[in-house]
Amino acid sequence: MDPISGGAFVAAAAIKVVTFFVLLLVFVALSTYFERKIAGFIQDRSGPNRVGPLGLLQVAADGLKFILKEELTPAGAHRFFFFLAPVLALVPATVLFGVIPFAAPLPTPWGLVEMIVADVPIGFLYVLAIGSLGVYGVVMAGWSSNSKYSFLGGLRGSAQMISYEIGLAMSLVPVLMLTGDVALPEIVAAQQNFGPGSGSYGAWFALPLMLSALIFVVSGLAETNRIPFDLPEAEGELVGGYHTEYSAMKFGMFFLGEYAHLITVSSLITVFFLGGWDIPFWRGDDIRVLADGTVLGNPAWWITLLTLGSFTLKTLLLVLFFMWVRWTIPRFRYDQLMDLGWKVFLPILMVYIMGTGVAVYALDTAGVPVGLRYTAILTALNVAAVGLLVWGMDRGALVRGATARTRHPAATGGRMAPPPAAGSEAE
Amino acid sequence: MAGSVKVVRRPEEQASYVRAVSKGMGITLKHLLNPRKVTQQYPDEKWELSPRMRGTHRMATHEDGRAKCVGCGLCPTVCPVNCIKLVPAEDENGERYAAVYEIDEFRCIFCGFCQEVCPVEAIHLGAHYENAEYSRERWVYDLERLTALDHPVTALWDPSDPASE
Repeated sequence: MDPISGGAFVAAAAIKVVTFFVLLLVFVALSTYFERKIAGFIQDRSGPNRVGPLGLLQVAADGLKFILKEELTPAGAHRFFFFLAPVLALVPATVLFGVIPFAAPLPTPWGLVEMIVADVPIGFLYVLAIGSLGVYGVVMAGWSSNSKYSFLGGLRGSAQMISYEIGLAMSLVPVLMLTGDVALPEIVAAQQNFGPGSGSYGAWFALPLMLSALIFVVSGLAETNRIPFDLPEAEGELVGGYHTEYSAMKFGMFFLGEYAHLITVSSLITVFFLGGWDIPFWRGDDIRVLADGTVLGNPAWWITLLTLGSFTLKTLLLVLFFMWVRWTIPRFRYDQLMDLGWKVFLPILMVYIMGTGVAVYALDTAGVPVGLRYTAILTALNVAAVGLLVWGMDRGALVRGATARTRHPAATGGRMAPPPAAGSEAE
Repeated sequence: MAGSVKVVRRPEEQASYVRAVSKGMGITLKHLLNPRKVTQQYPDEKWELSPRMRGTHRMATHEDGRAKCVGCGLCPTVCPVNCIKLVPAEDENGERYAAVYEIDEFRCIFCGFCQEVCPVEAIHLGAHYENAEYSRERWVYDLERLTALDHPVTALWDPSDPASE
């Protein structure tokens, strides 16, 4: 069957845009419900359960409240940017969703429809470019509110975003080295198994690129401004951070934006490291449309549905994982955040990119064909690297407590440690 | 000095972040999956009240529905916040009764002195606490309202049985 083209292509694209936008918003609304449920369960409470069955209509009640509440603009706020900021917080997260492949191609009477809203050939670059736009909402909100706390939140947001954008981008470089393509459907295809000679690795990249995956997940957390990286919001320190001065639906936009971002980052992790819509240990879903229009595999509507379910399940589990993390780990201190980004992730990733390059070159030179054996060797190397990192570098190096810098008074008999001698550099 | 302060030494250079976080995630997971929740679904499930719970007042009545109050005036005298208004009167048989008996539940501190001092066991406090109103005037309970209430009355403290056993 040929890929869809002409007027049918336009119609299919329009349907996909509407369907997936609505689905995304539904999932955003549901994830606010899940967040509160999980928060409740972790604290031995029951979470929202009064509105509707199991409290599911709480989402609708919240939405209604956001719309009906009074909207305030602080005196001295820059009205235009104050209005623009919530839009900029929500839009990039939703637009980013457009390049994510959801499911195996769907056969229709008019041709094969690829389950991706926009198959942009520069998918990976688009993800990084649009993903970093999200911080403009935070910075703009902080600055235009004419409030000290908001401004501090905005500043923290910008510094944090720059630091972790690097971790995010550099941890994807090894993925590109393995796939040799920046389009997201190609990255998904590379994690499936099309047999020897097809350039597919037969395993999710979370295995052969474990270290990348770990750093991408942590940077993704920072990117979504969630605990333990919620310094721009920092409820205990900065009131509400960048959105302190926002009320009603403008606040609602930030709220939706945060969850849209969360879902988008989770689906990116799914695509880059968890095989996208791939169903593990099953060859039937290995369907791929090549650049010249030939189709590998046998597309069917039920395979599309199954793979869509697989993608949704993986994304949902990641979202739940992020919520679990949020209700466990306390917020980092600002210097810990910067240390982790610049002194830990950056050097590790530079070494890791070099290491992956050397390993790929060595494997290619040794004539190991791309496939399961190739993946197994890379996985073994990664397990060793992660083990080295966790057991060798963790103690006092990954995240340092305040006591690790100056000895605790209790340890020196009640006196503070002497100040460093003149000329020696303080750590 | 009574008691002692337990000094917890923070782990310094040797603290493992990964191990500490894994432990924390384990604890939260345990609570996440624990089906026993501490929340009480309040309007649906209610607390079991102590028999000595001192809540809203109620006035005991004779079999014919008259309030037991004889208008002796002890309760307004003993009331520390002056929330009882009593106007005594005498009927044709020469029996005293309360012509006006009002308790301002908003001002009441629920000390229970009125119940302790009452010679005829007429005024009681009771195991009842859900008395929200739309106006302050509605908080002043008159005799009719006090006699109409039917919640269990407060058990007084018995000096011969101090632990209520």
